[in-house]
Amino acid sequence: MTLRNSSTPAKLTLGRKLLSRIDRKKTYSLVCFSSAVTKTPSLKKGACGSRRAAREEIGQDTARPGWREDNLDVLQLLVSGLANGCVYGLIALGFVLIYKATEAVNFAQGDFMMLGAFITLGLTNAHHMGLPFWVAAPLAIGIMALLGYLLDFFVLRHLFGQSQTAVVILTIALGFVIRFVAGVIWGHEPQTLESPLALGDIKMGGVVLGMADVAVIVVTVLLTLFLYQFFQRTKLGLAMQAASQNQMAAYYMGVPVKRVQGMIWGLAGAVAAVAGILFASKGAIDPNAGLLGIKAFAAAVIGGFGSLPGALAGGLIVGVIEPFAARYLAAGYSQIAPYALLLAVLIFRPHGLFSQVRVKKV
Amino acid sequence: MRIHFKTSYEHDIRLFPDRWSFGVYAALLILAVLLPFLIGEFYLGEVTNVLIWAIAGLGLMLLTGQTGQASLGHAAFLAVGCYANTILIEQGVPFIIAFPLAGVITGLVGVVIAIPVLRLHGIYLAIATIALSILADDIIVLLEPWTGGVSGKFPEVINIFGFEIERWTMPTRFYYLVLVVTVVCTLFYRNLLRSPLGRAFAAVRDSEVSATAMGVHIARTKGTAFGLSCMITGWAGALMGYYAGTFNNETFSLVISITLLMMIVIGGLGSIHGAFFGAVVVAFLPQALSIGKDLFIGGSVAIPGLETGVFGLILILFILFEPMGIYGRWMKIRIWFELFPFARKDMFKRQKSYLKTERLR
Repeated sequence: MTLRNSSTPAKLTLGRKLLSRIDRKKTYSLVCFSSAVTKTPSLKKGACGSRRAAREEIGQDTARPGWREDNLDVLQLLVSGLANGCVYGLIALGFVLIYKATEAVNFAQGDFMMLGAFITLGLTNAHHMGLPFWVAAPLAIGIMALLGYLLDFFVLRHLFGQSQTAVVILTIALGFVIRFVAGVIWGHEPQTLESPLALGDIKMGGVVLGMADVAVIVVTVLLTLFLYQFFQRTKLGLAMQAASQNQMAAYYMGVPVKRVQGMIWGLAGAVAAVAGILFASKGAIDPNAGLLGIKAFAAAVIGGFGSLPGALAGGLIVGVIEPFAARYLAAGYSQIAPYALLLAVLIFRPHGLFSQVRVKKV
Repeated sequence: MRIHFKTSYEHDIRLFPDRWSFGVYAALLILAVLLPFLIGEFYLGEVTNVLIWAIAGLGLMLLTGQTGQASLGHAAFLAVGCYANTILIEQGVPFIIAFPLAGVITGLVGVVIAIPVLRLHGIYLAIATIALSILADDIIVLLEPWTGGVSGKFPEVINIFGFEIERWTMPTRFYYLVLVVTVVCTLFYRNLLRSPLGRAFAAVRDSEVSATAMGVHIARTKGTAFGLSCMITGWAGALMGYYAGTFNNETFSLVISITLLMMIVIGGLGSIHGAFFGAVVVAFLPQALSIGKDLFIGGSVAIPGLETGVFGLILILFILFEPMGIYGRWMKIRIWFELFPFARKDMFKRQKSYLKTERLR
């Protein structure tokens, strides 16, 4: 099936006219899949629920002093795991955003995160630019969004219509390049971000929560909810889903597919910047921090590529499994755990726990 | 311009389309045989490296270029081949049996892994194979009694009926060994493409639906492709072990997997030439970079990540401007000269395709 370039604009304008005439909702319901996502449990409940449960646990523990130490330990692991998991979840969100809208996978998302963190660091830290954090952070998010858009505009748009493998290989290569560039600009020594989030701890019961950990969890949950609503409710969000499901049909319905894809890359860049800022607030970063992206893959796959709350759930699962595996499994086995889980999910539920794949009816 | 009149089906699947191309490849082989007399030992070692990478590239090409399944985990199979070969020889199996057996073992491991993994496709397959590559590192450490864990292993001197081969002291002999394996693997690959199985591979790559309609068993074909691909990769791994002289869990890392995949993309997916062109780029890029660095900024400055960065940049440029790789460019230039005044600009234009979701199939 070929569609010549020259004939597209005519059809596009026709589509636009149609679009203006037909009710918005009806138009999009043609191309947008009825959301399997709505069935998935909201994750905010999951994360907060476990924390509430945790608090209740503390209450019980004080009644039974013998258990206290052990359970507090578990709780501490759980909280730090959740905070780590949120970072994985945020990177996974970036994967899912791009996958949802362009059906491609950005293997450089982890490196985007690293770049976002370094840009913030370059703007904030005293020996670089020395801007106040609350100015630098939005600026960095903006810069990353622009970078994402430009990347789509100058590079990925030329791959339009090529196989997924080409995009996979391209983004892996891009990751190498970003890592190299970041290394040249900011050096390979681990650096810390002078972030107001990094200061102070909160004591709750016997558990010490870092401010950064709490901030990570809160921001992640809010961002996921926002993006979820964005894809379910707004016109642009639906247009993005339509563009991924069937580019040509989306064109006919008046969706400017290329521009929409550019926007989604920008959005993914912004999300990566947020993840980077939060990650850098939790500890030091270096140009190889982007390799974290591989764990985020595990998160995205476990959640089922294509589901935003699924990505966060996957991130939390991976994040929580890690410290517990490190604590309770033998030394060699602990770092395997996330990947073993990834393989198990891929083998037994290939499309993740929150699957969106359905067999097409003829 | 040469015109091939095909008068029988045999003509269509001949190894060489005509005498001229047979002559070219024969000349190339003779050159390869005479090479140790023409260049020094250092460069001979580099050429050996190119050939080993080319064998590994052939292995991955069979899977990715021919059957269309991207694998980012082939370093794991290099490792399996390398360890299988070394352990067998340590158990007293002679090299002449252990080496082929190492490939077969790797192939079997590949098939076992392929059965669950090949239900996945596209990016899911890529991610599963990434996980495989990372797991391989940890599993090698866990199997320390066999693999030597972090401290690694040293392959013994190769002994074929009392004829000793060692990489450092006798590079010429090692070169001939690698050359023989390369020629055997290339002929194997070439002949595979002429067989019904090779055509089934290509059918699966181009369209699974049409392949099924033509009576190709998709799962079995993919599994076979994975197995054969791993077998060739296993041999390359064994040779790589000899070439490196020592190896441990970190020798066959994820970066090697990615380099392999990028190598065949730069070389040109789906062609034997591509594996060799890509291997030349991968093997000589570090040398070229260090020479370039000496020229421009002085040799003492170390830039970490330079190699991978430049490699990534080259790859991006290739995917953008020459998705067919070096071999594709070579073909275009050759055809331009063959057709001389009649070559048209858009002869190689790809058909535009539009994306549909994988989630609703």
